Amino acid sequence: MKETIIIAGFGGQGVLSMGKILAYSGVMQDYEVSWMPSYGPEMRGGTANVTVILSDRKISSPIANVFDSAIILNQQSLDKFEPLIRPGGVLIYDTNGVVSAPTREDIEVYSIDAAAECARTGQSKMFNTMILGGYLKVRPIVQMENVIEGLRKSLPERALRFLPQNEAAIVRGGEIIKRIR
Amino acid sequence: MAEDIIKAENKVYDKPRLITDTTMHYCPGCSHGTVHKLIAEVIDEMGLESNTIAVSPVGCSVFAYKYIDVDWVEAAHGRACAVATAVKRLHPQNLVFTYQGDGDLAAIGTGETIHAAARGENIVTIFINNAIYGMTGGQMSPTTLLGMKSATTPCGRDSALNGFPYKIADMLAHLDGATYLTRQSVHTPAAVRKCKKAIRKAFENSLAGNGYSLVEVVAACSSGWKLSPVEANRWMEENLVPAYPLGDIKSSTLPK
Amino acid sequence: MAAKDIKLMKGNEVIAHAAIRYGCDGYFGYPITPQSEVMETLMELRPWETTGMVVLQAESELSSINMVYGGATTGKRVMTSSSSPGVSLMCEGLSYLAACELPCLVVNCQRGGPGLGTIQPSQGDYFQACKGGGHGDYHLIVLAPASVQEMYDFVGLGFDLAFKYRIPSMILADGAIGQMMEKVVLSEQRPRFSDEEIAERYGSWATCGKGKRKERNIATSLFMDSAEMEEVNLRLQAKYRAIESAEARWEEIECEDADYVIVAYGSSARICSATVEMAREEGIKLGLLRPITLYPFPTEAIKSLAQRGVKGFLSAELNAGQMVEDVRLAVNGLAPVEHYGRMGGILFNPDEVLDVLKSKLIK
Repeated sequence: MKETIIIAGFGGQGVLSMGKILAYSGVMQDYEVSWMPSYGPEMRGGTANVTVILSDRKISSPIANVFDSAIILNQQSLDKFEPLIRPGGVLIYDTNGVVSAPTREDIEVYSIDAAAECARTGQSKMFNTMILGGYLKVRPIVQMENVIEGLRKSLPERALRFLPQNEAAIVRGGEIIKRIR
Repeated sequence: MAEDIIKAENKVYDKPRLITDTTMHYCPGCSHGTVHKLIAEVIDEMGLESNTIAVSPVGCSVFAYKYIDVDWVEAAHGRACAVATAVKRLHPQNLVFTYQGDGDLAAIGTGETIHAAARGENIVTIFINNAIYGMTGGQMSPTTLLGMKSATTPCGRDSALNGFPYKIADMLAHLDGATYLTRQSVHTPAAVRKCKKAIRKAFENSLAGNGYSLVEVVAACSSGWKLSPVEANRWMEENLVPAYPLGDIKSSTLPK
Repeated sequence: MAAKDIKLMKGNEVIAHAAIRYGCDGYFGYPITPQSEVMETLMELRPWETTGMVVLQAESELSSINMVYGGATTGKRVMTSSSSPGVSLMCEGLSYLAACELPCLVVNCQRGGPGLGTIQPSQGDYFQACKGGGHGDYHLIVLAPASVQEMYDFVGLGFDLAFKYRIPSMILADGAIGQMMEKVVLSEQRPRFSDEEIAERYGSWATCGKGKRKERNIATSLFMDSAEMEEVNLRLQAKYRAIESAEARWEEIECEDADYVIVAYGSSARICSATVEMAREEGIKLGLLRPITLYPFPTEAIKSLAQRGVKGFLSAELNAGQMVEDVRLAVNGLAPVEHYGRMGGILFNPDEVLDVLKSKLIK
């Protein structure tokens, strides 16, 4: 098993922490993991992305230019990463952040209306875990108990009281994700 | 005859115990030797020989470590206060002092000096201010007086060309972390006695954990000034002392 | 499950944890991207309340390296960390530390240069780290971690080698290794030495106060007498020869039957290990030699590969061609040696390196 995921969007959307939860979930499942962010000025409002790799073998390169899955939260990131998904790979995007839909025919494409769902329930902070829940529904590479454990490990102490809401958001994400093609 | 009176019972003065037998490289009339002697005496009197770590600078006193019999660290030019900061933080029970001239402390080492003082490091700086770079051959220093000739101000220091001299000890008085700042000299027996008291007070201040202390010594450099030792002392009294007035600048405790 | 105790951390964070666990006495630093997490993590962990380790934010890198110098003279385990422009400022201090034969640890989390450059990862400081940087004939021991675990382990190794040889050690990492997260296993807490233990172990040179010693210690690199200065240099050089013969470390991946070998270190070695996998899938016998110590350089290991008949070497670095000079010296004309690099904070991809290898060496 080896899964190379790119998560990309605006700084502040929780891109890096979504990657961290996923990576920690992998640790809990005894996978080798790497989490490689793009860092710098773009972390302060511009585009942010992180490459997460989960593997049952030692990970050679922590950077990649071909991805098994892409989780895309804004248009710039879609433009940049859609061409880099391997044929047969998975693309998940938040409808709110993307104006022109993906065009590739040789990949699985899913949309998730997480921004709208969060706005509806007034839980905007659950946005990234909801998207993660959608991803894990499509690519169940880690068991839910390990995801919860990974969540527990990666949330800062002050946010631990939101653990139940985060768990619920993961489940909800799995319910609202839609296959486009 | 001189030989007749060199007898133990006639002895009225001795070299301080902690001054080594190494021949000093300082010029006749230089103030460094006198200040070294005072430091050695105070360390001995306070029983701090085994407990002192001293930091020497770059400049005429670069070899200070040869003359006083305690552990020494030779710092890069201007960095003595940074070096002393770490030594003291890692050895909070020890006496840690730097010995620096005006070029080392007030030009290349200004930043390190000010920040050590601002942090309230429990170290002492002995600052020899003779208004000239002695070691490198008498160039202008930050404390060189306006009109004063040096190797790099052959027509005298001109504010339009060279800027103005400044009083770093007075500047440090604005910092909460600096609690004992004094300006002394060693050009008369009375001044020497006062200077020794000031050094002792500074050492005590730092050992009490009361922040940064600096003893500035307005000093003579007969070679750099191109004067005889006696003339240099007179010139210092008439010119340097009015520009750098003697006495305590600040004596306080660290703010809560 | 033991695996549940494994931490997921950034390379920079583990430097802080490792410093505490390996019994470091003092850290002195100045913020600079991309390594600021080192001091931030230390300030959060508050080791002065547990092990007694001193952590101090200095006013500049000039000051922090001279604090390291001061601490090192007294026999304490002291360190700093910075990134390329900050390390340039530290080079004066490094020369003094090397000249006074003082142990310490400096971490350089490299970013792209020259000048203020970029905050993205680079390996542009190989020359500075391995060939001097400061003035005079000196060397540092230079360790090149290629994983977050090695970032951790090399803090311990760096200190051990520094004290074994009385020489500054440098961990030459880069922004990629510093910012990435991987699994890391933290070691047991190693106790700090007491002042008495330091006086016992390093009393022959440490300026920690005379204490019970009769003779005082002086830390200086000033020797006005040329003959004496040459003696000091000859002693340093003898030490460097000893280090070169005993301490070179490297890793060989698929080199046994390799026709071609990539030489790469740190983050570029990680990328190139994927290049090796891709090449092997295509039937190309490619290997990777990863120097773990950049000084001392694994000259003999490369030389023996060349003597065994490797047909070509590619030095893949995130710079314009620095380590390639040492690879060429090691190969010494036995096979072609090419370089491939990206600069300015751009990382190369595994397939990009394979394409270069094919066009430059396989033809």
